[in-house]
Amino acid sequence: MTIERPWQRWLIRAGVFFAMALLCVPGLWVVLTAFRPNIEILARPPVWLPQNPTFDNFRGIFGLLPDQQQGLPVARYFLNSLVISLTSTFVAIVIGMMGGYAFARYRFKAKGALFVSFMLSRTVPGIALSLPLFIVWSRLGILDTSFGLILVYLAINIPFTIWLTDGFFRQIPVDLAEAAQIDGCTRWQAFWKVEFPLARSGLASAAIFAFLTSWNEYALASQLTRTTVSKTMPVGLMDFTAQFTVDWAGMSAMAVLIIIPALLLTFLVQKHLIAGLTFGGVK
Amino acid sequence: MAQVKLRKISKRYGNLETVHGIDLDIAHNEFVVLVGPSGCGKSTTLRMIAGLEEISGGEIVIGDRVVNALPPRERNISMVFQNYALYPHMTVRENLGFGLKIAGEAPSEIERRVAEASAILGLDPFLDRLPAQLSGGQRQRVAMGRAIVRNPDVFLFDEPLSNLDAKLRGQMRVEIKKLHQRVKTTVVYVTHDQIEAMTLADRIVIMRDGRIEQVGTPQEVFEAPDNLFVAGFIGSPPMNQIDATYRASDGAAVLQDGLAIPLHRSGLVDGQPIVVGFRPDALAPKGHALFADNRRLSFDRTVTLAEPLGTETILFLPLSGKEIQARMLNPRVVAPGETLAFELDLGSVHVFDKASGKRIGGRSWQGLHASN
Repeated sequence: MTIERPWQRWLIRAGVFFAMALLCVPGLWVVLTAFRPNIEILARPPVWLPQNPTFDNFRGIFGLLPDQQQGLPVARYFLNSLVISLTSTFVAIVIGMMGGYAFARYRFKAKGALFVSFMLSRTVPGIALSLPLFIVWSRLGILDTSFGLILVYLAINIPFTIWLTDGFFRQIPVDLAEAAQIDGCTRWQAFWKVEFPLARSGLASAAIFAFLTSWNEYALASQLTRTTVSKTMPVGLMDFTAQFTVDWAGMSAMAVLIIIPALLLTFLVQKHLIAGLTFGGVK
Repeated sequence: MAQVKLRKISKRYGNLETVHGIDLDIAHNEFVVLVGPSGCGKSTTLRMIAGLEEISGGEIVIGDRVVNALPPRERNISMVFQNYALYPHMTVRENLGFGLKIAGEAPSEIERRVAEASAILGLDPFLDRLPAQLSGGQRQRVAMGRAIVRNPDVFLFDEPLSNLDAKLRGQMRVEIKKLHQRVKTTVVYVTHDQIEAMTLADRIVIMRDGRIEQVGTPQEVFEAPDNLFVAGFIGSPPMNQIDATYRASDGAAVLQDGLAIPLHRSGLVDGQPIVVGFRPDALAPKGHALFADNRRLSFDRTVTLAEPLGTETILFLPLSGKEIQARMLNPRVVAPGETLAFELDLGSVHVFDKASGKRIGGRSWQGLHASN
């Protein structure tokens, strides 16, 4: 290994800065746009920093501006998104955790093949399934329902959760559960009182992944939802496009509303993501 | 009363049998050590006693109950694991009290018994720490504490000292022995370290390839090993083992280099291939040991290597095409290449059948006495 010289270090920093800018600027632009009046949004050359910051765009999508007759059912979309994402996350974590535990701890037939097939299911682009799903869902009568969407997100999230939690349970020494059993626990108590608390950080990250997947998913939701009964926030974004115009201001404001819960959740759960909790129990 | 009885215990994984029908009786309050090289089935046997491993055949009795079908929690045992297996998310206090809490003991009772165990093991200063904040020796003590608070019928130890450094291992060995003297309980202890086995055990069970090679007190297995395996496994440095042929005309074992070791032993046939075994203690340079005059064999050998250990020096010398070891007490400096007169104590020579590896007769001096 060679020692990097100062100019190399600066070159690397510049490269990282450029890459990060490339990643962050569009997001930042959306956030800034959410707080500008329409005139600034459409200005050429672009105005970078909002000159007249305003909350009007947010008021607008909720229909709170005096000159506006009607807003969008944002609250309803938000509720739909929340219900669908939380339910699918919770169920995916419960089932995925059990699956991951089984893969980590038990030996059974075709274990390897099953595990790989779970992973392979993730290689299919979701949108490729939209038409078959649409047909099946309509036959089952669960088109345009929260339940239908939850089912789809479970199918996406469970294999991933299994894969992730399998890894976390593998890191927990089998001895701990055995020690707990000798200490008088049943198999279930040993899991619940010893292994589960130790896998919590892993489950928290699995939960974030599952939640974000459901929260942000657009392609399938746009096909399987029709009305306010089940439309989610990302699908709701398309309400801002008309035949000839796009309401960029409203769309950006709603995008910010989509980002906020995701950020909040990530910060909330982050403290559980401390790795290395298992260190020290065994050598 | 908590004796442990193993009746034809076997363990199979599919078609592979790793423990072949072991029989063993462990008395109440007895400290039994299962020892053997890795893969000999000792840990599997222990785990079958614990209930962590299913029993493929045979019967295990703890106290007066057959426990084959009982889960670990119903066997009233406790176990110390090689890697301690402390619960990382609980403090030392919680680790110690966990079993009692699960058993539904009253908080005051849990506190009392945790305090008792902690006092025995000197854990008081660490009660509120997490396992990660403890040293290896302290973790080991917590693991033992967790085992004793529950007042089990049987203690199981699975190589509890093998993760510690040599010095700490010595200390903990003493602590375990003291603990057993204080908390009289039946103990089954698994180790691959024959020194641990010798120092701790009331009885040693030497295992190889899923079978018991010998059961006996430390003294018995050391002084009268049943076969070549036990002879080589117990004792450090190991017993010297040299191929020889029995010569009936003078009752001697003739080594390949022509040296004749008088055996005076019955039950041997002229020309029978045998193995002669003697511990390094039975071989010393002239003037460094007091062997009886009438059962001494002298020969000169050139030392190839000297290992000074302070109170003694281990000398390496060639004999019959092998390198063997001799123990020189009250050592003086010996340079490699120096030729010394060695004396072999014929009273400490063991004879084994070459083909079966089994011991033949008692020790040589018994034969000598018989012939005198």
